[in-house]
Amino acid sequence: MNTHFFSDTSVMLGRSLRHVTRSMDTIITVTIMPIAFMLLFVYVFGGAIQAGTDNYVNYLVPGILLIAIASGISYTAFRLFTDLQSGIFERFHSMPIARSSVLWGHVLTSLVSNAISVVVIVLVALLMGFRSSAGVLAWLAVAGILVLFTLALTWIAVIAGLSAKSTDGAGAFSYPLIFLPFVSSAFVPTASMPGPVRAFAENQPVTSIVNTIRALFEQQPVGGEIWIALAWCVGILLIACALAMVAYRRKIA
Amino acid sequence: MNRTAARSAITVAGLRKSFGDQVVLDGIDLDIGEGSIFALLGPNGAGKTTIVRILTTLLKPDDGTTRVNGFDVLSQPARVRESISLTGQFAAVDEILTGRENLIMIAELRHVKSAGKVADDLLGRFGLADAARRRVSTYSGGMRRRLDIAMSLIGNPRIIFLDEPTAGLDPEARIEVWKVIQNLADSGTTVFLTTQHLDEAEKLADRIAILHEGTVIVSGTLEELRKLLPPAKVEYVERQPTLEEIFLAIVGSDQKEQR
Repeated sequence: MNTHFFSDTSVMLGRSLRHVTRSMDTIITVTIMPIAFMLLFVYVFGGAIQAGTDNYVNYLVPGILLIAIASGISYTAFRLFTDLQSGIFERFHSMPIARSSVLWGHVLTSLVSNAISVVVIVLVALLMGFRSSAGVLAWLAVAGILVLFTLALTWIAVIAGLSAKSTDGAGAFSYPLIFLPFVSSAFVPTASMPGPVRAFAENQPVTSIVNTIRALFEQQPVGGEIWIALAWCVGILLIACALAMVAYRRKIA
Repeated sequence: MNRTAARSAITVAGLRKSFGDQVVLDGIDLDIGEGSIFALLGPNGAGKTTIVRILTTLLKPDDGTTRVNGFDVLSQPARVRESISLTGQFAAVDEILTGRENLIMIAELRHVKSAGKVADDLLGRFGLADAARRRVSTYSGGMRRRLDIAMSLIGNPRIIFLDEPTAGLDPEARIEVWKVIQNLADSGTTVFLTTQHLDEAEKLADRIAILHEGTVIVSGTLEELRKLLPPAKVEYVERQPTLEEIFLAIVGSDQKEQR
């Protein structure tokens, strides 16, 4: 890492953020699906779901936020893939810059654009009756977990962007990630699920993250769940980061 | 046209590169003088781009010594990158940014002072001032290529690599690019050019090398290459204007003066 890392990364971030602000449709597409799910589950299915809370929106919000992030990161893969295709990636690599800034620009852009969609969704949730008694510290903890979750998934997107063979391939990896929250405690309590499904749901990352965020919002004790959630996020982040570096080295060999 | 080279800008000795079983470069030797225009000729798939990618530190050679501006590409890649600029085969510009933003971005990455002024100067020089604030996705092929080359000039690199700079351009845009290349060499920059067009090499290059099946089969000045063939006989041939000359005569007379 050389001395220009921070200035180079900020140039790359500025470039990539312009891509986001000039195609607001990407933010709209990312936010509209989770909002549609939220409307569907609250106003259509919600009446029939026994979630054990008097306010089903409160129950739903954490899972909806994770779905939004899981679909938002596919644009990182798409932008990275486009850079590789257009040759601008090679141009940057032939220049006297900190090479890693090219990837970091995309990763930081993912954090910013996902933060925007999360804020938009929380605002819509507030309109739908979402309320939280959480204090500043609890909100910061929620933000921290979401940032870690976004980072972990973004590095998975980096792997996809670097190794994809087509534009469609660059985006397709995110479908299973979007699906994971459905088989978790995000929409219904896991206790209602049949044995094997329940076992899967209770031991996959989304459930511990959703439960932790829910507890933080409701000022309940987070217990050991927060450590499981953090371990999942950090573990995925480290593995994805390492694999992304392998894919990156193969690309620039 | 012959510029006498004081020192070598690029030296390549015994360069080899294979991809799996496929030998792409099989012992390449090159010596390119500072401030000259060097043209690497060869058909598609001859390995021209592979050589460019090795010289610009994008690809590691298997064997041989390769020095650019006196620096070894393997042990001093950062110093090599400070000395060069690459204009790749496809215009590597950011489609979503405007022309001016593209130039400013490169200027900032090269830590050039007053990036905005540098960008405006280049936009003027390359006839892009009117399009400066338009997104590059609205540019024509020729405009993109000019922007691409303008981006390569920022920071005054000693050596510029142009990989098939006129591929896909119409004849007028091609002549514009030729003019730019000529001006670059006149100002002392070394130009490494790859092309499939023989006339392009003939018109621009001080030295020409022909790459075939992984080796340089001939290299030298145009005069030297001509001597490889039997001496010219004087014959009377009725010369028809080429289609290009007809095209240019009809489309615009001002372009003719530039040739």
